[in-house]
Amino acid sequence: MAVYEHGYKPYTGSLTPEWSRFLILPRHAFRDVFRSKFFIAFFALCFLYPLVAAILIYLHHNVNAIALMKLDLRELVPINASFFHAFVTSQCSLGFFLTVLIGPPLVSRDLANNALPLYLSRPFTRKEYVVGKMSVILILVSLITWIPGLLLFLLQAYLEGAGWLGQNLRLAGAIFLASLVWIVVLAVLSLAVSAWLKWRVVASGALLAIFFIPSAFGEIVNALFRTRLGHLISLGAIMNSLWRGLFGLFQRQTGQIEGMRNGRIIEITMLEPPLWASWLALAIICGLCVLLLMRKVRAYEVVK
Amino acid sequence: MNPVIELDGLGVAFGKRHILQDLRGTLNGRAIGLLGPNGAGKTTLIHTLLGFHPATHGTARIFGQDITAEAKHIRSLVGYMPERDSFIAKMTCVHFVRLMAELSGMPPDAALERAHESLFYVGLGEARYRTLDTYSLGMKQLAKLAQAIVHGPKLIILDEPTNGLDPPTRLRMIRLIREIRDSGEARIMLSSHLLRDVEECCDEILVLKDGRIAANCNLEEERKANRKFIEIEMRGDNRAFGEAVGRLGCEYAFTNERRLKLVLPEGVEIRDLYKIAAEREVQIRRLNYKRDSLEDIFLKAMEGGDTMGEATAATPPAAATGGNGNGSL
Repeated sequence: MAVYEHGYKPYTGSLTPEWSRFLILPRHAFRDVFRSKFFIAFFALCFLYPLVAAILIYLHHNVNAIALMKLDLRELVPINASFFHAFVTSQCSLGFFLTVLIGPPLVSRDLANNALPLYLSRPFTRKEYVVGKMSVILILVSLITWIPGLLLFLLQAYLEGAGWLGQNLRLAGAIFLASLVWIVVLAVLSLAVSAWLKWRVVASGALLAIFFIPSAFGEIVNALFRTRLGHLISLGAIMNSLWRGLFGLFQRQTGQIEGMRNGRIIEITMLEPPLWASWLALAIICGLCVLLLMRKVRAYEVVK
Repeated sequence: MNPVIELDGLGVAFGKRHILQDLRGTLNGRAIGLLGPNGAGKTTLIHTLLGFHPATHGTARIFGQDITAEAKHIRSLVGYMPERDSFIAKMTCVHFVRLMAELSGMPPDAALERAHESLFYVGLGEARYRTLDTYSLGMKQLAKLAQAIVHGPKLIILDEPTNGLDPPTRLRMIRLIREIRDSGEARIMLSSHLLRDVEECCDEILVLKDGRIAANCNLEEERKANRKFIEIEMRGDNRAFGEAVGRLGCEYAFTNERRLKLVLPEGVEIRDLYKIAAEREVQIRRLNYKRDSLEDIFLKAMEGGDTMGEATAATPPAAATGGNGNGSL
């Protein structure tokens, strides 16, 4: 069907492998995403912390630089599990705001314009569509979380030596897994919100509300009932527990408060929910989001 | 060669409501018209063939491939133009068509090239860099056609392609559909309320009524079968002329004093009519081959109830008349 021929002809060329077709969606989505200058600025800002962390690691291993800057090695932040935990927490928080920027229009735009029949009338399944849309978030948030995290880990291992690498290999797994779990949660949550709320602003607001309102509610529950079980409804608290668990920093006992029992003042030990409960809560949240998402991602909705 | 579409007891139900029931038949036409009143199940049939709705009974095959077992493969052979507005906002038309081509499995470079070509083909070449939300209704319909043909499918399913189009754009759409049909490179399934569109484009029709097949006929054969159905306008001794053609074995009926409808039996030619007219000093002012229009077929199918896929073409309209000159044709 050459332009000058103006006739209908079938396509006889090669085809792309089926497994790779979900990647078409993020490739086209990035074109739109990087058109926004605000997004580019924010995305660049997300690399500030990794840069600072890399400088810190470098300073730890460069005596001349420390001497030049007249620093004491003990004044510098130690490069250990807490260092990488702080890095993951900070970058994952930025990942959340990145998702708030890019997540809401991903599915809602297709639903609003009735584009799903066009996608799904091709050799492209609902699962591939969802995975393709999730990939937009997975790739972008990975670029600011576990990828720089692992690069920092490798930098530290390179400067410190093979012995450190052997002793702290668990940290590399923790950086990757902690980031990945958060990215997957963000992806399914934002796609589910995007599928049910067509207006971008409302969807962005809903994402923020889903994160902050249950957290506030959980704190109220904690304060009223003198417990820490309220953390199970707070996404932030759940993730914090899981991240601490992965980095080996989790402690169930988080302090003691004074309470009254039978007219006497007693010490009450505050216990965080166990890690399995946090994992379970997270699985329920993700499962619910996937259910909501798959209910909407259909070529046509059948009204029974 | 495998038929384009085979319906093998296909049934679809949404909850307890049966939308399609026991559809059986084979569709082989170059362009298949899908007709039926609102709610007959036309769009549901298209969606089921595309795998959007699961079949609750039976199955169907497209080019010999089962719609359930080979759904993904079938969708690589099919191009679909939906009835409703379907596009991706804030995207230029060429970008949109390219995305659709890539999703069909074309490599990015080939997809871009074909996107340009198909947009030129449908007549949107000059507007291809405009975003889709700035397009008029007619342009959006053409853009939908472009995305349906960009990957060169073997079967193109068009759901109400001329909906809301002004006459020139409608003519353009019809011309494109006929061109694709005549190229022989793709089969077409056209669902439309507009009988004229179907009549102009299709050589086979499937009429649905209440989720069942009310008629399935080959329009070409129907037209050929009706070639001996003639309408004559004349002046002179009409009664004597009628009696004379009746003696030749023609079934005939007067529609008014000067108009006669008749069916030529085997062995009787038009020149025999002129000969009789000359002998009776009757002037034949006009002679038309009266075809059974698609509207007649459609209305007959609607009146006929559940004929379950039997071809209406088997019964020419004149067969219902008597040869005594008092019947009605």
